[in-house]
Amino acid sequence: MKKNAIKWSTIVRVLLVVLLISLVVMPTWFSWAFQPFAPEKGPIIYERASLLSLSLSHLGLVALASIVATLVAVSLAILVTRPLGTAFLPLSRTITNMGQTFPPVAVLALAVPALGFGTGPTLVALFLYGLLPIFENAITGFSTLPPATMEAARGLGLSRWQRLIRVEIPLALPVILTGVRLSVVIALGTATIGSTVAAKTLGEVIIAGLLTNNTAYVLQGGLIVGLFAVLIYDALVQLEGLLLARYSISND
Amino acid sequence: MIEIDKISKLYDGVAAVDEVSMTVDTATITVIVGTSGSGKTTLLRMINRLVEPTSGEVRINGKSTHSVSKTDLRRRIGYAIQGHGLFPHYTVARNIAIVPTLLGWSSEKIDDRVDELLSLFALEPDQYRDRFPAELSGGQLQRVGVARALASRPDLLLMDEPFGALDPIIRAQAQIDLRRIQQTLGSTIMLVTHDMEEAMQLGDRVAVMDQGRLVQYGTPAEIIQNPATEFVANMVGGVDRSLRLLSLFPVSEFVEDGSAEGESVEANTSLRDALSICLWTGRDALPVVQDGSLLGRVTLDAIRKRAAIS
Repeated sequence: MKKNAIKWSTIVRVLLVVLLISLVVMPTWFSWAFQPFAPEKGPIIYERASLLSLSLSHLGLVALASIVATLVAVSLAILVTRPLGTAFLPLSRTITNMGQTFPPVAVLALAVPALGFGTGPTLVALFLYGLLPIFENAITGFSTLPPATMEAARGLGLSRWQRLIRVEIPLALPVILTGVRLSVVIALGTATIGSTVAAKTLGEVIIAGLLTNNTAYVLQGGLIVGLFAVLIYDALVQLEGLLLARYSISND
Repeated sequence: MIEIDKISKLYDGVAAVDEVSMTVDTATITVIVGTSGSGKTTLLRMINRLVEPTSGEVRINGKSTHSVSKTDLRRRIGYAIQGHGLFPHYTVARNIAIVPTLLGWSSEKIDDRVDELLSLFALEPDQYRDRFPAELSGGQLQRVGVARALASRPDLLLMDEPFGALDPIIRAQAQIDLRRIQQTLGSTIMLVTHDMEEAMQLGDRVAVMDQGRLVQYGTPAEIIQNPATEFVANMVGGVDRSLRLLSLFPVSEFVEDGSAEGESVEANTSLRDALSICLWTGRDALPVVQDGSLLGRVTLDAIRKRAAIS
């Protein structure tokens, strides 16, 4: 039974990946499906830019913003979980909370005068929006390490740096990854509004659809973003599962 | 030789450890015993400088523990704790290899050492080397924890309640194993426990701590026969004292010529067990054998004489 279940989920995954790739690379294959949603005699498939290049730039933006957010949030979390850094915990919390409370649209609006139209403001908005989940998860990860293991690491003669690299980061990794996953999925969706300030993202398709009353465009853009989100979320869940399984294989 | 010289630790002006001095001989087991809050763990942790002493000094083979860096010191001193503290993301072999790796041993030398230690702790290397801690039982985890502490052939092994998390049967076996391994390797061990029974069984010498002070330091027999204070007397237990004392001696030391009826006992049986057998089978003497040949007998009279506190 269990083996069958695993097989089924793999089949579904492969199908979704194939669907996504064809939607991006060969959008004309799906004309028939989007036809009913397009306005009469209007265009069915978005052709002003290639969906592939939009997808790649969308993913690139999300990846860059998430990597920077992860580096900053994890470094901050490491800093404030050291004995010397605990004083900075409330301050760091305030900063990351503000990043989350401030709506990305507002960040875009405020960042355009400073950074101009294009990718810059979107990156800033995604970065700020993504900090909090990663930071809070990393704090949890670093402050709930098994005490006996930490005591042993100290007693065996690992230096601070060695403890951080060899013990603390690997053990906190699954929890940190959960934060990264949340952050990435939020960013995938949020990146679409970057197109309002002329960033090259899949949001372009959706916005074009909204402006011309073309539901077929909206559906195309939305479907591709949604599939990316679902598949990336799933891949990160799998990765966390793998890590956790290695650390805590149940023996009962 | 480990010399602890007037070492103290003050927390907010209150002494957790108060001017403790003691000398530990090489290749012996010294057990530090006391109730919780007696300062026994603080004393142990000051030896590898997990706690910095407020005053006083520890010397290992004549060299002050402050003459090297903390990390170098700790790599030379084995450390095993309650709840093993293995790295959950490392395999058994990698866990054992932690300190040798830090010391820069070659990978061949490390592999040999890991296999040697696993065999010594009765864990088949091929079977256990690549397992993760989550796949082992409590007793196995504890053994790997001690093996890890011994990996770099440390000058000294510190153990903080190492058997605290084990159930009584596995615990007894772990104590026997520790004795055997200590004798095989000639290790110097300092072990902290709150369990006087364990202290008596394992210790060549026992240090009793009470409220930060070392109240008595001597062999188990000395401590049972001449407890220095009322506290020590309470720790060794009123009515059980005679039996505890008997459990410290093997019958081989009390063998006399002559014959006895019935089933024989091995030479390393404790007097306590011999007494129990005498009472159970209603005999006044038991034949003693070693490696299959008859040594003589041990009599109820001799046991009784040893148990009496003059």
